[in-house]
Amino acid sequence: MVFFSYLFSGISLGSVYAIIALGYTMVYGIAKMLNFAHGDVIMVGGYICYCSMSYLGLPALLSVLLSMLVCTVLGVVIEGLAYKPLRQASSLAVLITAIGVSYFLQNAAQLIWGVTPKIFMSVASFPMPESVSSLGLSSEAVVTVASCIVIMIALTLFVSKTKMGKAMRACSEDKGAAQLMGINVNQTISMTFAIGSALAAIAGVLLCSNYNTLIPTTGSMPGIKAFTAAVFGGIGSIPGAFLGGLLLGIIEAMAKAYISTQLANAIVFAVLIVVLLVKPTGLLGKAVPEKV
Amino acid sequence: MKKLKTTTKIDFATYLGVTLAFVIVYSLQKAGSLSNAMNSWLVPICSFIVMAVSLNLVVGISGELSLGHAGFMSVGAFSGIVTAMSLTNAIPSGAVRLVLAILVGAVFAAVTGFIVGVPVLRLRGDYLAIVTLAFGQIIKDLINCLIVGYDSRGLHILFNISGQKSVTDLHMDEAGVAIIKGAQGAVGITKLSSFFAGYILVMITLIIVLNLIRSRTGRAIMAVRDNRIAAESVGINVTKYRLIAFVTSAALAGAAGALFGLNYGGLLSSRFDFNTSILVLVYVVLGGLGSIWGSVIGATVLYILPEALRSLQDYRMLIYAVVLILVMLATNNAQLKALLGRVIPKRKGARSNG
Repeated sequence: MVFFSYLFSGISLGSVYAIIALGYTMVYGIAKMLNFAHGDVIMVGGYICYCSMSYLGLPALLSVLLSMLVCTVLGVVIEGLAYKPLRQASSLAVLITAIGVSYFLQNAAQLIWGVTPKIFMSVASFPMPESVSSLGLSSEAVVTVASCIVIMIALTLFVSKTKMGKAMRACSEDKGAAQLMGINVNQTISMTFAIGSALAAIAGVLLCSNYNTLIPTTGSMPGIKAFTAAVFGGIGSIPGAFLGGLLLGIIEAMAKAYISTQLANAIVFAVLIVVLLVKPTGLLGKAVPEKV
Repeated sequence: MKKLKTTTKIDFATYLGVTLAFVIVYSLQKAGSLSNAMNSWLVPICSFIVMAVSLNLVVGISGELSLGHAGFMSVGAFSGIVTAMSLTNAIPSGAVRLVLAILVGAVFAAVTGFIVGVPVLRLRGDYLAIVTLAFGQIIKDLINCLIVGYDSRGLHILFNISGQKSVTDLHMDEAGVAIIKGAQGAVGITKLSSFFAGYILVMITLIIVLNLIRSRTGRAIMAVRDNRIAAESVGINVTKYRLIAFVTSAALAGAAGALFGLNYGGLLSSRFDFNTSILVLVYVVLGGLGSIWGSVIGATVLYILPEALRSLQDYRMLIYAVVLILVMLATNNAQLKALLGRVIPKRKGARSNG
């Protein structure tokens, strides 16, 4: 029974990672950049939801929507101000700029909300049937897993069926050719950032609902881990991000429970290294042959 | 006088510049005109110059993005601290112990770099970045579990996987001294580092790195960076040269770590986390990829900037972040570059690394 409780917490944690990793993977797939500020957008999402619930007294669902809206705008603004001028620059320049944005968001949050942890009221708290909760399954876990699956399916459909999704796939393969076919590349990239940031807001709210505390650096570690999850599953691949996030969460929970709390992170990263050495493109990543 | 090559001139200017800066700051320090805060910056600046120069060898010269450079610094720092502390009775001279600590730190970091490098350098680009990031986190967590003490019978090392153990589990005799206390980090370190030692280390690093770059090996490393396939086709052993750059860089980072670690009374392993790696990467990128003197200046200026902004308190990191973004935007602005290009006539061989 204890095993199931660890498994459930792992799946729930993994689902949060998966949602963040989806945002990472989409941005990487199209803009080919490691957006290190993604983790901090999660934190902003958490704070917006917190403020809207405790100061404005809005209901949970409305707060989540508000936080998604703010993060979407934030994501598009960041992209437009900081990343768009660097389209032609080296990937390292974009990486450093993303780190600058990450510092900026963390320190701005610290100025606005202070360093003292905020107690986050769970948005997904409802009574569970006795038989289920005795297994260690919390209502937050159920909501997290459910929203992760819904998001995954919606995103897959969006990318494969809609015109915008098609444009995204075209851009990720060849920006120049996509532009020649009449696709507005800049708009497509902005759209990707908007979607990624909205997902980050949801992830932030779910993360805080699971852990109940919120500080300006809340997003950094989950951000890094979700990034490894995206790489683990094969970066650029949507099902890969889902699988990677889920596996990472389960490995982390199991390592915490059965091996060592202190070394849980180290074990997660060690597994990542081993996977990359055996399969350098990640679990579901496609190997792209090198052109000479 | 024989005419010197441009690169040789730049190298000599770098040595001279560093020496001049050292002489000026050293005499200011002796005259007592530096504040306490400024005095406390000197050794860290030297360590971070070495870090930046060594990371530049990997990122700028070898062309691999490494996000775990602080991991090597951490290995060097803690192995150096253990060396210096455990030899306290055997070798009374602090300077000798410092040199030994730096050497041991460099060797340990080099071995770690080799172990990490052999499998990891098969990966490319962003995958290499993520693995080095992961490695940095693993090192941090492993050192967090380490308990080391020293008594008359020698070193006692304990690996605290469960998180339950403490220094008493080392079963040392009365004279035993705890050096690393798990999550509390290294404690009770005797400060051995000095600004002079820092200067010597910076100079040694510069001599090693600049000579490596200008040598046949260095040209091979840069050839691999510029076009791996072309380099391979003319018979350059890609893995070997990437590994040379990676291990040299790790060893220097270890030496920098030992110098840094022995500058404080206590040291936490979280001091060398992902943010530290990123900080050094920022020094390298803003100093100029592949430019060694750029790294020296980048590390110095960017170390001092947030410290000097301390009076602005909460706003300092915010300003630092904005400056970082603006500098990146400005240096990559095509219009600005074109304007500068017209003002400053292009030097011959401006693409060469100086």
